[in-house]
This record gives sequence, C-alpha cells and structure tokens, in this order.
Amino acid sequence: MATAVLDHSSTGDLGSERPQNRRKISTGKVLATVVTAVLAVIWLIPFAWAAVTALKSETEAAAAPITWLPASGFTLDAFTEVLSAGNLPTWTWNSLFTSACITVITLVISALCAYALSRIDFKGRKLLMGVIVGSIIIPPPVLIIPLFYQMLALNLIDTYWAIILPQVLHPAMVYVLKKFFDQIPRELEEAAVMDGAGRVRVFLQIVLPLSKPIMSAVAIFVFINAWNNFLWPFIATNETSLLTLPVGLQTIESAFGIQYAQNMASALLAALPLIIVFLFFQRQIIRGVATTGLAGT
Amino acid sequence: MSTTVTGRRSPNSSKNNLHGWAFSAPFLIFFLMFLVWPIIHGLYMSFTGQTLTGANNGFVGFANYGEAFGDPDMWRSLGNTIYFTVISTIPLVLIALVMAGLVNMNLPAQWLWRFSFFVPFLLASTVVSQFFLWMYNPQLGLINDALSTFGIAPVPWLNDPNVAMWSIVIATVWWTVGFNFLLYLAAMQNIPQQHYEAASLDGAGGWRQFFSITLPQLGPTTVLIVILQVLASLKVFDQIYQITAGGPGGSTRSLVQYVFETGFTGYRLGYSAAISFIFFALILLVSVSQIFFNRNRSA
Repeated sequence: MATAVLDHSSTGDLGSERPQNRRKISTGKVLATVVTAVLAVIWLIPFAWAAVTALKSETEAAAAPITWLPASGFTLDAFTEVLSAGNLPTWTWNSLFTSACITVITLVISALCAYALSRIDFKGRKLLMGVIVGSIIIPPPVLIIPLFYQMLALNLIDTYWAIILPQVLHPAMVYVLKKFFDQIPRELEEAAVMDGAGRVRVFLQIVLPLSKPIMSAVAIFVFINAWNNFLWPFIATNETSLLTLPVGLQTIESAFGIQYAQNMASALLAALPLIIVFLFFQRQIIRGVATTGLAGT
Repeated sequence: MSTTVTGRRSPNSSKNNLHGWAFSAPFLIFFLMFLVWPIIHGLYMSFTGQTLTGANNGFVGFANYGEAFGDPDMWRSLGNTIYFTVISTIPLVLIALVMAGLVNMNLPAQWLWRFSFFVPFLLASTVVSQFFLWMYNPQLGLINDALSTFGIAPVPWLNDPNVAMWSIVIATVWWTVGFNFLLYLAAMQNIPQQHYEAASLDGAGGWRQFFSITLPQLGPTTVLIVILQVLASLKVFDQIYQITAGGPGGSTRSLVQYVFETGFTGYRLGYSAAISFIFFALILLVSVSQIFFNRNRSA
C-alpha cells in the first residue's frame, strides 16, 4: 500500500497542497452524486411509468404514441375499478394472514431450537446441529413435487395450511439465532438458575429480551420471503379466494391481459404495503436484511 | 455449573437431554414432516413411474434418470439455466459494487439512494414481471420508445430467442441488485476508518483509496456474494415463467420450470422428481466446490 501511495504522489499532483487536494475530492463527490442520481432515476423509472399508466384511462394507456402526460388528464378510474371489482383486498388479506402466521411460527420454533443448540448440553446436539446446518443447502424447488403430493394426501390443497406449513422451515435462521445466543454471556442465566428459575423462564425472561435485534431481523427476513413467495403458493392453491397477492396478480394478467391501466394499478397496490413499511422502517429493514442475508452459506 | 458429581452421570445430564429435545421438538417435527420426509419421498418418487393422475407404474429403477439424460429439453433447460446464471451474476455483482461504492462516499441524501436501489427487492416477482412486460411491450413499450428517440431501432425484447434471456436478465438485475448492494454497503461500512485516514494523510485520493483499500478489503465479501448469487440464479423460475413462460421456443425455459412443467403440466411426478434431483446435484456441486475453495483460501 505504501508504494501505491508513493506512486500516486509522484505521478499525479506532485507538490500539490492540501486545499487543492480537498477541492479535487469534492469535485469527485459532485460527479459521484450525479452518477448516483442518474442510476437512481433509472431504478425509479419503472415505478413512475407504472404509476403514470395506472393513472390514465384504459384508452389513453393503450394509445399508440406513448406519453407521460395524457391529453385527457389523470384519473383514478383504474384504481377504483380494481379495488371495487377485483379480488385484490381478499388476496392482500390472504398474504398478510399467511405471512404473519409463517413469521410467528418460524420465530417460535426456530428460537426454541436455537436456544437448545446454544445452551443445553444434550445428547445428540452436535448431530442435530450438523443436520440443520447441512439442510440449508437444500433448494426449495427440489421439494415442490413431493410436498405437493404430501399436501394432496393430507387433503390440504387449497387451504391456508398448505400455504403456511412448508414455509415455516428456515434452517439458516436457526443457525443465525444460535450464533446470536452464543454471544449472550451465560452469567446472566446462571444467576437466574441459582434463584431457582427453570429453563423456560430463563429463556423468556432473560434470553429473549436481549435478543430483540436478531429476532426482528429474522422476522423481517421471513416475512418478506413469505409475502413475496410465488412458486409454492402457486402450486398449493387454485381457489381464487385463497390466492396470495403475488399469485393472484398472475391470474389477473392472464384474465384481463389488455387492460394496461388496471394491470399497473393492481401491481402498484400489491407493491404498496411493503414499500410503505420500508419507508417507515428503512433502517431496521436494511440492518435485518444485511445481518440475515449472508446466512445462506 | 460444576456440580462435580461422584457418579458417572451427572444428575443434570438426563434432565439436559429431556430439555434439549423438548426445546428442539417443535422445530424438529416441522423439519421432519416438511423437509426430511419430502426429500426422502421425492428421491423415492424419482425411481417410480408415479403420475399426478394417480397411476403408478411402480419401481422403474434408473429409467427416469436415463430418460432425463437423453432428453434434449432437459439439456436445453439446463443450458439456459447456466447461461442465465453466468450473464446475470456478472452485472448483479458489478453493478452492486458500483452502487455501494458510490453511496459509501458520504454523498448527500444517502437514504434516497439506498431507498431507490433497494426498494425493487421488496417487490413480489409478479409485480416485477408486470412492470417489465409493460415496458417491453412491442407497440407501447417505454424502452423501445426511449431507444427510438436516440434513433435506435425497436428491439424485439420478448419475441427474439437471442434477446429474450437478456430481457429476463435486465428485469432480474433491476429487481434484485439491491440485495447485493446492501451486502456490499454493509461490508464497506465495516472497513476500519483508520485505513482511510492514514491513506488520505499520505495524499491518496478517493479513487486510489477505493482501489488500494476498499476493494482488497471486500475480497471475502465478494466471494460470498458471488456464491450466493450463483446459487440464487440457478434457482430462477418466477420471472421467466411470468414474462416469457420459457419462450420463445423454449429459449428461456429454466431447469426449475422444466421440473414444474413435467410435474404439473405433463403429470409425470416421478420423472419430474428425477429432474429435480439432477438440479439438486448441480446446486450441491456449486456448494461443495465453494467449501473447497474457501478451505484452500484459508489454508
């Protein structure tokens, strides 16, 4: 590194003084801001174009030379149409309900198991840990055929159960939680045990309150995954009233392919809940995704 | 907790066994029912002629695997999947690195850039597909319209077998690059500030610092991001199924889609299970080679 720095001062601005250097950095910063802004605009255009389309009348949306500003002005027709006639509210509820169930069940079963793996010295612990970590490698698409068959046999196809049950398994999250529990000092628990507290009380009253950050990170990860999952709910449900939002949206597309404004209105309404949540909890969500994101390996 | 006991077994050990398995039991029950059992049953199915209509030709040995290895559609889907993985992973890693490098420069309005780059990751695949189907529309598409203002001829985004996969890649990069961007950004923010302070005292500018400090420090993160991305790209299904349905002429059909189609359109669960285990083998190969790679690096 030292040579690199020397190289720089000998080739580049030889004898340059500090203020000059600082100014150079700030012009670089201006340039970087411009590049970043251009990238950000490119990344936001699909949203803007969807919004403009959704705010047009159907005729205007399908008019040949495309425009950002429709001649006849903007209208909320597509939104009101989609909200009054379609199944969007039902699908939103289905998504919310199943994703919430999946998140709660995943958190409870994973945290209990992770606690045992972290704290209790029981026979078979190492083996169990190995099996759980090893299972992280299994890609969900491998499971769809036998899981479908299983749900068929259990007579659960077209129920909330079929959507929820197979999605509560996140072995990587057990691993993440176990790693977190490992870092909590044991002394705190030992003191409580001296006072006669049982395992369950120690877990609920000492370990859990200290684990809020990791629990919320896992919850965020699991919820986003469940909310957006397409393949499994698509296979597990056919009944229109049981579809989740992502699956329902796919059926709209095939049913009314021509209605561009309504298609975009539906897509935007489907996207809205998570975007609003993200606007309010950007910091937590970003931290959550960053801490759980690398757990897959 | 040294209750040093005289006997061979401490009085705690049987209690510990009970507690350990009791705490693990809820997860374990789900784990056995919805992960272990399906894997075993799926493997078994791959050796049978099981169909969705109930007919079962019984045990067929390796016939499904034999058929799969002689099935041009299987090879084509496998080839498409690998092609997609290669041409999606490169931009998904490089653009993420550029974005994180830019945002990490202490630019004003940080939250706005982070928001813009990451927010598509929060969309369901169907929303992304709707957006891009609309923008790729041959007559009314925004992208061709924009290109025409620069005098570029309209691109047949979804109708040309040579272009369609790239259209899927563009949609995928827009959708998921924000995830890699976040991982890079987190890694960059973990680089000790002293490195930069020392370098700037020595007169190293922003670019020099990026190449001599930031990039080398990001080595392990990059390896991890590439592996995660390869594994994720190999699983591609949603956006392909929704945007091109695998077309035109099977040019974008992925391996997972072929599993789905043989199972749910062709009703051949046994054959479909066999292909899904070929897919599993591919994933396993990548994962295992990664473990070897990491071991050699640290050795």
